[in-house]
Amino acid sequence: MSARETEETIRVERAAGDVVEGVALVSTEGFSPRYDLDRWTGEISRPGHAIEGENIKDKILFFPTAKGGIAAGWAFYDIKAKGIAPKALVFGVTNPVMVQGAVFAGITITEGWSRAPSEVVRTGDIVRVDPQGKKIEILRRG
Amino acid sequence: MRLTPEEEGILRGERGEAVEEALRVQLGVGEFFGAQGFVGVSNVHMMGDVEVMGDGGLEFLRRVAGLGARCVVNTTTNARCFDFDYVERLNQDKETAEKEKELISLLQEIGVMTTDTCINYQSLYQPHLGEHVAWGDTGTVIYANSILGARSNFESGPVALATALTGRTPAYGFHLDERRKGKILVELEAEPKNLADWGAVGKLVGERHQNYYSVPVFAGVKGSPTADDLKHLGASLASYGSMGMFHMVGVTPEAQSVEDALGGEEPKETVTITDKDLDELYASYDTKGGSANLVVFSGPQLSLYELKTLSELLEGEKVKEGTSLIITTNRGYKSASEKLGYLRKIEEAGGIVLEGVCFYILDSIARLRVENGWDNLVTNSAKLANIIAAHKFNPILRRTEECIEVALTGRIEQL
Repeated sequence: MSARETEETIRVERAAGDVVEGVALVSTEGFSPRYDLDRWTGEISRPGHAIEGENIKDKILFFPTAKGGIAAGWAFYDIKAKGIAPKALVFGVTNPVMVQGAVFAGITITEGWSRAPSEVVRTGDIVRVDPQGKKIEILRRG
Repeated sequence: MRLTPEEEGILRGERGEAVEEALRVQLGVGEFFGAQGFVGVSNVHMMGDVEVMGDGGLEFLRRVAGLGARCVVNTTTNARCFDFDYVERLNQDKETAEKEKELISLLQEIGVMTTDTCINYQSLYQPHLGEHVAWGDTGTVIYANSILGARSNFESGPVALATALTGRTPAYGFHLDERRKGKILVELEAEPKNLADWGAVGKLVGERHQNYYSVPVFAGVKGSPTADDLKHLGASLASYGSMGMFHMVGVTPEAQSVEDALGGEEPKETVTITDKDLDELYASYDTKGGSANLVVFSGPQLSLYELKTLSELLEGEKVKEGTSLIITTNRGYKSASEKLGYLRKIEEAGGIVLEGVCFYILDSIARLRVENGWDNLVTNSAKLANIIAAHKFNPILRRTEECIEVALTGRIEQL
């Protein structure tokens, strides 16, 4: 493993989906696709959310936790159909509903990280999520 | 994952395209969680309504129905977003109501029993200790795992439907003994006396331990909580803490003792809940000047016993003009309450009883809030108080009798 990889790679514990690359959007607060998101525009709409006003479309999203209940399962499929889905969801801790919803919608998802993304990744960085390799690499600083 | 010959056959398309796709999604989820294999389920309860599914979900359902897929186990539906008898009166969106009707007919075509209730565990099916099921709606799952000792994960709509088609679910999470052990010990010094008190306990524990696998163990419970008490506790724990299971020593089947519930391990944390904590919680809600024109009993739907209690509190009374009192239950309990005279007492007092819905998923709820000038929402459901805030209501949790008092006076006191 190169020094660069050590510095700029996050290992994840569990992952599913395709390898994807995209712009990182890092949140210090958890996420519910029903209660934090405007499901018609893709904007984080809940007043006071840590990334309020940001748009999730085509982003690699980093959230420490998953929030909310079972209804989230359909939400990812719906936002994918609307063309406003993120490329990947990277969670510290998630719940089955998020995983079920992401797998069903064909959105890459990971859980558990070797170190907090907030220390390594900044919003705007270009990152690659590799579910088979169970890792996230920073390709370019934003 | 280890697959049986039957499962391999499904993946080769032997039971059709829809079932094959369903199993592939389940396989993806199972592999994510490191499941060793699938486990057969006896019952599925799914969330499927147009508010949660959206146009994308509706289109998906058209395709599944078109492919001729059918449920292989009894499958029921959760509360939905329309009571069609009240679309006009509530001024909900008629176009969306038509989509909901199409969605219901598609579900029925697939073989789903559209029972539209979030209290299936009280009204439809009570799985036994160790029985594997696949239920949607967090409140139903925590009830199944905790009070019935059955085994289910949170199965969101698409995978619940997949389970209905394949008859199996990946064996991870609460299907496994290891995950069912208690992790947090809760010394319940408080004496909850009201459904709202039980929900408040759930909020206090859930908010501090937001983790699906937290599994709190309640010890020191005085008296014998009713099914409705435990329903409100569970719904609240699941809503605030995303929790899928709890134990209550001497009450729930996998908790004969504290040691039994913890599976012989030490708790990761011990917390104490006192009556003072409950008082402080009630006092923490800002009543914003005390005007209250909306009182809601919902989330979960009310049991027949809860409807009876409300009818007694409302008998001969009148809801304050300009204040709305909205109650939700399922079709069966509304019908029974009509026969028993409870419905008449509630309606004569000015209350509205909706069937087959839950307040927070009602179609157009955010618009209805604005149109009706609703701000403060007074409820005895801690779960509702949590989730309705997303629609910009100001929720205030109060005990059942206090909620009725607010409905009759249109005023709420700041504690």
